[in-house]
Amino acid sequence: MRTEHRCWVYGDNVNTDVIFPGRYTYTLREPREIAAHALEDLDPDFAPNVRPGDVIVAGANWGCGSSREQAVTALKFAGVALIIASSFARIYFRNCINQGLLPIIIPGLNTQLRTGDTLVWDREAGTISTQGGVYPIPPLPPSVQAILDAGGLLPMLQRRFRQGEP
Amino acid sequence: MAGRTFAEKALARAAGVPDARAGDILDVTPDLMLSHDNSAAISQIFRETGAAQVVYPERIAITLDHAVPAPTTRHAQNHAEIREWVRQQGIAHLFEVGRGICHQVIAEEGLILPGETVLGADSHTTHAGWLGAFGAGVGRTEMAALWATGQLWMRVPDAIRITLSGRLARGVTAKDVALHILAALGPTAALYRSVEFAGDGLAGLSLDERPVLPNMMAEAGAKNAYLPPDDAVFAYLEPRRTRDYTPLYPDPDAEYVADYRFDLDSLAPQVALPEQPDHVRPVTDVIGQPVQQAFIGTCTNGRLDDLRAAAQILRGQRVRCRLIVIPASAEVMLAAAREGILDTLISAGAAIGTPGCGPCMGNHMGIPAPGEVTISTGSRNFRGRMGTPDAPVYLASPYVVAASAIWGTITDPREVLA
Repeated sequence: MRTEHRCWVYGDNVNTDVIFPGRYTYTLREPREIAAHALEDLDPDFAPNVRPGDVIVAGANWGCGSSREQAVTALKFAGVALIIASSFARIYFRNCINQGLLPIIIPGLNTQLRTGDTLVWDREAGTISTQGGVYPIPPLPPSVQAILDAGGLLPMLQRRFRQGEP
Repeated sequence: MAGRTFAEKALARAAGVPDARAGDILDVTPDLMLSHDNSAAISQIFRETGAAQVVYPERIAITLDHAVPAPTTRHAQNHAEIREWVRQQGIAHLFEVGRGICHQVIAEEGLILPGETVLGADSHTTHAGWLGAFGAGVGRTEMAALWATGQLWMRVPDAIRITLSGRLARGVTAKDVALHILAALGPTAALYRSVEFAGDGLAGLSLDERPVLPNMMAEAGAKNAYLPPDDAVFAYLEPRRTRDYTPLYPDPDAEYVADYRFDLDSLAPQVALPEQPDHVRPVTDVIGQPVQQAFIGTCTNGRLDDLRAAAQILRGQRVRCRLIVIPASAEVMLAAAREGILDTLISAGAAIGTPGCGPCMGNHMGIPAPGEVTISTGSRNFRGRMGTPDAPVYLASPYVVAASAIWGTITDPREVLA
């Protein structure tokens, strides 16, 4: 399947405090409430204008700082289909996998695109294409890919604990 | 055969396998699973998994620290849910409002020991490396998985070595060392890596200072960070521990992907400028910058030596800007009271808060107004960190923050100490 996606382009070292501010971390728990504050302190245009299927294309160290998983949930429930970055902070990378949101490492792609540009995700070929080129999606270790394939860590655990239930 | 790093040894131990190399993926069973005010959200995920009972209730520690005492009804409901969950599940270690910050409390309680592994639903779990333990942060869903299964996958990280030599001058602390290292490494040099400290410079750092190093390596991307435990650490743990432990040390021929050396002798006090912890300058470059609020506390710098440093600066002085002091734990607060430190700080005009994280991540107890500048002993100064996006935060040591509070402008503490 080949799908076209509109890009939101950001730079290096975007931290989880600006993706989902700490002041909301113990009071908001509903995904839609969380999504309404996505990227609030970095790009106030994002939350009101993001559309389902949009993708993030960022620089190095996306998601550094606090471990808060809502920094992934906020984007997922805002409709973001993929996050592409030059590199990811490690807890953010894990949180993406666990939320079933594919994190893709393509160094420097953010410097070739502007917010509003489109790219094509080819699932079968395992590539991302832009006007500038075709980029392979780096493979994940099988045990990690299995979490994504299950739709995230929670569905994987549900399968394990609810086995045998009607 | 090349030797093994600390991370290779610690994760092999936690996975119950004889050997591990960087790049291996292991299923790890941690000695301690740590969470805090986020435990209500984690328990909600746990219930959604369909699991009935946590596997290792005796290995779970929950500390109410991020917004304590509860500032709003919603925060109070969050705490109430956590207490009920702990009761239902028979979780062994709940630390109530006022006991202190999770990373400080688990050390004081002897719940994490050299060579052991702690996974925490908090990015500063790297902190535990000051005891020679492997500490790494995980997400909320992963903590729910740990509660439910007792296991989590970990990739054994590559390691970098940081060798410290020499001795710090008066008025210069491990915080200045950490900021200086962050400036040199930048925000990604330690990404996915174990940061393993070495060198004779470590012995000169007090036990209260040492945690600053592994704590702040999170800001360089570290998965974990490690200080080799010495006799001072063993003596600290002896009256606190309830089990035996075996310290782990990297082999002399362990393979490191990068090696850094820093000399402590000539280091000056450092300040991180807004909005990145690695945007660091010597304090002399920012002297005179006005501040409206000074904050001393957090897991990074809320220990007894930090409060002693502040008292040394503030004795007989009067602050010209708001000064908020929040001890990292009840143990620290009690010791500070007994030493007369709280007397000195309150007499100088400080407001003292309940042990906990305070305003560090913008929950309560010292949120700046838009346009106000804060100088803090915390570890993060990202935009919006303390509650509002247009309130810049500078990071520094307790000496620098206390000296700056006297004048309401960033001040070199060496001038006050002279």
